[in-house]
Amino acid sequence: MVHRLASGGRIDRAQSLRFTWDGRTMTGHPGDTLASALMAAGEEVMGRSFKYHRPRGIMSAGVEESGAIVTVGAGDRRDPNVRATTQELYEGLTATGQNAWPNVRFDAGAVLSLFSRFFAAGFYYKTFMGLPPFEWGKGTGLWMQYEKLIRRSAGMGTASRAPDPDSYEHAHGFCDVLVVGSGPAGLNAALTAAQAGLDVVLVEQDFELGGDYLNQATEAAEQTRAELVAQLSAAGARVMTRTTAFGLYDYSVAGLLERVTDHLPAPDGALPRQRFWTLRAKRTIVATGAIERTVAFGNNDRPGIMTAAAGQTYLNRYGIMPGDRIIMATNNESAYGPAADLARAGAEVTLLDARAEVSDELKALAKANNILVRPGTAPLNALGKPAIDGLETVTADGTGWRPGEVENGDLILISGGWSPVVHLLSHRGLKPVWDAANACFVPPESDDPIHTAGAAAAIWRGEDCEASGRAAGAAAARALGKSAPEEAAPGPGGWATPIRPLYEVKLPGKKLKSFVDPQNDVGTEDVRLAHREGFVSVEHLKRYTTLGMASDQGKMGNIVGLALMAEALGREIPEVGTTTFRPPYTPISIGALSGRNVGSHFRPLRRTPMHDWNLANGGVMTMAGLWHRPWFFPRAKEGKTEAYIRETTTVREAVGLCDVTSLGKIAVQGPDATTFLNRVYTNPFAKLAVGKARYGIMLRDDGIVMDDGTTWRLSESDYFMTTTTAHAAKVMAWLEELLQTRWSDLKVHVASVSDQWAGAAVAGPKSRAVLEACLEDSSVVSNEACPFMAVIETTLKGGIPCRIARISFSGEMAYEAYVPSDYGPALMDLLWAAAKPLGGCLYGLEALGALRIEKGHVTGAELDGRVTIDDAGLGKMASTKKDYIGNVLRKRPELLRGDRPRLVGIFPKDRAQTFNAGTILCKADAVSGMGEGWITAVTHSPALGHWIGLGYIAGGHEAWQGKTAVAADPVRKGNIEVEIVSPHMYDPSGERMHG
Amino acid sequence: MIRIRCPFCGERDHSEFTYGGDGSIVYPALDAPMEDWVKAVFERENPRGRQLETWHHTSGCRAWLLVERDTMTHEIFSVRLAHEGAGRVIEEGT
Repeated sequence: MVHRLASGGRIDRAQSLRFTWDGRTMTGHPGDTLASALMAAGEEVMGRSFKYHRPRGIMSAGVEESGAIVTVGAGDRRDPNVRATTQELYEGLTATGQNAWPNVRFDAGAVLSLFSRFFAAGFYYKTFMGLPPFEWGKGTGLWMQYEKLIRRSAGMGTASRAPDPDSYEHAHGFCDVLVVGSGPAGLNAALTAAQAGLDVVLVEQDFELGGDYLNQATEAAEQTRAELVAQLSAAGARVMTRTTAFGLYDYSVAGLLERVTDHLPAPDGALPRQRFWTLRAKRTIVATGAIERTVAFGNNDRPGIMTAAAGQTYLNRYGIMPGDRIIMATNNESAYGPAADLARAGAEVTLLDARAEVSDELKALAKANNILVRPGTAPLNALGKPAIDGLETVTADGTGWRPGEVENGDLILISGGWSPVVHLLSHRGLKPVWDAANACFVPPESDDPIHTAGAAAAIWRGEDCEASGRAAGAAAARALGKSAPEEAAPGPGGWATPIRPLYEVKLPGKKLKSFVDPQNDVGTEDVRLAHREGFVSVEHLKRYTTLGMASDQGKMGNIVGLALMAEALGREIPEVGTTTFRPPYTPISIGALSGRNVGSHFRPLRRTPMHDWNLANGGVMTMAGLWHRPWFFPRAKEGKTEAYIRETTTVREAVGLCDVTSLGKIAVQGPDATTFLNRVYTNPFAKLAVGKARYGIMLRDDGIVMDDGTTWRLSESDYFMTTTTAHAAKVMAWLEELLQTRWSDLKVHVASVSDQWAGAAVAGPKSRAVLEACLEDSSVVSNEACPFMAVIETTLKGGIPCRIARISFSGEMAYEAYVPSDYGPALMDLLWAAAKPLGGCLYGLEALGALRIEKGHVTGAELDGRVTIDDAGLGKMASTKKDYIGNVLRKRPELLRGDRPRLVGIFPKDRAQTFNAGTILCKADAVSGMGEGWITAVTHSPALGHWIGLGYIAGGHEAWQGKTAVAADPVRKGNIEVEIVSPHMYDPSGERMHG
Repeated sequence: MIRIRCPFCGERDHSEFTYGGDGSIVYPALDAPMEDWVKAVFERENPRGRQLETWHHTSGCRAWLLVERDTMTHEIFSVRLAHEGAGRVIEEGT
């Protein structure tokens, strides 16, 4: 019987921790993992397998766990697919089994395993994606229906649907040397580097430092460990436990996940649950150890079968006797130590060794501990259900096997050899190389600033691991210019008699259910089937069978799978190769990745200086890029539509005010500023007079429109450029690129002043009256002093400096007024006090859009990075008398074709109807495919009394005179007949804004 | 995580920078023939190995840099200001 021993281990028996498993209350101790506490409580079944719902128990004592995968927590803190073997126990922990109904001990889904021979690799796809010979159901429609049902029965745990109540943090760090792993190699490496005077960070995924020291029963091991830890602290190394180095990137940058509160009963509100570190080290020492492999044999996935090292760990670290009559099966020397420990603790141990020869030293060790060793013997088929009661064995027969005896026992421990944890090296693109003598992949030689030490370099003996750690620490120190003691680094290996590679045990004619990747239910036959069906590359094998694609990412079974594929192909393992390990090494939560960038912090929020003023005056806000801008200002019970229609009408008939601060603003200054602007804009700027503004278009190198806006000439060498809100940053970077990389001879400086100036549009027939009331000298805005496109620098009442240009986006007589940002609210106060008595209004983005659509003015929706200046109907702004960016490539023949989509206005044929932006425009008799064009913007036009749109259509409106187009919108409004008109739908001659 | 040593700001993460493009291209004059512009804008090399490229220190000093980088290993061999005059002042002091 599995039971907790009265003494021994690293648990605190003086304290008890209560936890629940599938609703039943149990107790464990501080120092336990969930797995060790469940094992001590006598639990055997902790999960159900992915496809066949076979019962699964604890298979390991670490991150490679493939059986005891459970859900921890409840409600909004439910965390699925947690490895019970790494979950630290805490008071009140709640854990449940998953992929089972009603529970993991009795699971109705287990009936599926009766049909397991049908569920081979690719079963679902082969069966449900088209049924031969009739191929009915071919295509995805029916498959989508099947898939829903299949997903329900095959799956992992279920994540909480509730918002995550925890917070997560991103942190950044620097150090000289990062040491990953705190076993005999890691502790020594960190200490040597720290004592050489380097800034060392040591990370350990466990909650205790020591790695393999923790699995040893001897006092000497504990003394060595404790001394190393104390010295490390004295040497000033920074130590992070419960922290996984999940990825290694360029420039020795490591990604770390620190689990801050996952081991605490009640999360501390002041602490993040997890911290995601970006650590920039100069050098990295990988001392990540090795993972013991399993062997494929019949029923090797049964609860009561685990690795030999796990058996030792549960005994020595957690004080649990994992079985009374233990059958161990090995192909190498490493199982003898665990066997001796278990025997000394009182278990009856039989050790099957696949090798014919066993060294005298090991024979003596076995004899001294009453261990029965059976050389030349291997496991064939586990017996007993649900609990293990024996093992059918085979004995060596030449190079093959013949049936052997049945061993009785209640626990089977397997050692199929060791796989160094080379994942972090693999992340760096370093391909591990096959070491045939040690039957494992080992780290390659490389020029990267990475050292490997200990079992991660296939060094098996403890004292050799310690030495290799010291050597790696010293090598890192010397590489960073410090002196450190010379010590020869031990090479791979260390076993007196070699390992006998053993991946699968089978007998001809005997059908066995042998698993390679238990978590994904991939068996030996699946690998062979994949080979028969032509999946010969390991990468294809992985994807076809899902081998190594479960949450353990093949830590235990991958090598076995590769070996089986190599055997099927008649090749050696190195010829077959291995799949590439990619980050993360162990799963990390999405919450940790996003950190604090969630909710309203998902992206930056930009507010204008008038934000509070807009809100105080009834503005409803909307997002425009990162900006929060006023959308509309409802009165009484108005909704959005009523409000913007009223605002649009008020601007056309009286006056309106709109916060336009979000426009990009760039100061272009210097003696060559005029030359520069003349090269950047398509239209001439060379003769723009001081005190005048001009609307300009700029193109990209390839002749496509980049942006538009007005630029104001303030003096001979000082311009104030405005850009669209959306392209402000892009235009700024573009101007800097031109000045710094191409035209460094031009004496021009550009500076973004978007945040320095707050601006308001004053639009409508009464706009001048409003400004006059706000200015210290009202004569400066008279029609003579300030005609259309004039710029003035003046002062508002109260001495507020102000820049005003008479420009119009609305088509009415209008001005844009800018003041230093802090005066933004004061500007609005002044303007609104003047506009309100004149019957004016505040207007938002929706009315702004309606006004410009009526006028056919383009904005980001029209200038979408695909249109030429001619497409946008602005061809007359392309100068023929000067050269500018884009003027050569805009004349590419394809861009000059007459049938390109051109900017047009769109009316519904039945004026009572409307349509959506994004709708495709088609010929009336050919409503299909890409159509002839598209709609970019739609509004109700108060001036015209019906809905209107802007868009692009082949040939422009001249080509569509007298023809009807169809606005095709199959999933929303359906098809609507439309008329194509000039984009200048209101006041085409522009009399109103000049007036 | 590429680290770039900005001549003004020192070594910084690449997240502060924006990649520009091929830094070896000499853009033709604004009135150059179409073929020259097509070659400069569309006909780009995609080398494995050393490449001269432009980077913009967008979240830093706003300088455009010429960076010599290995496209496979991300090793950076040199960084200098793209602006000829300013670059010369920094490197030679005049």
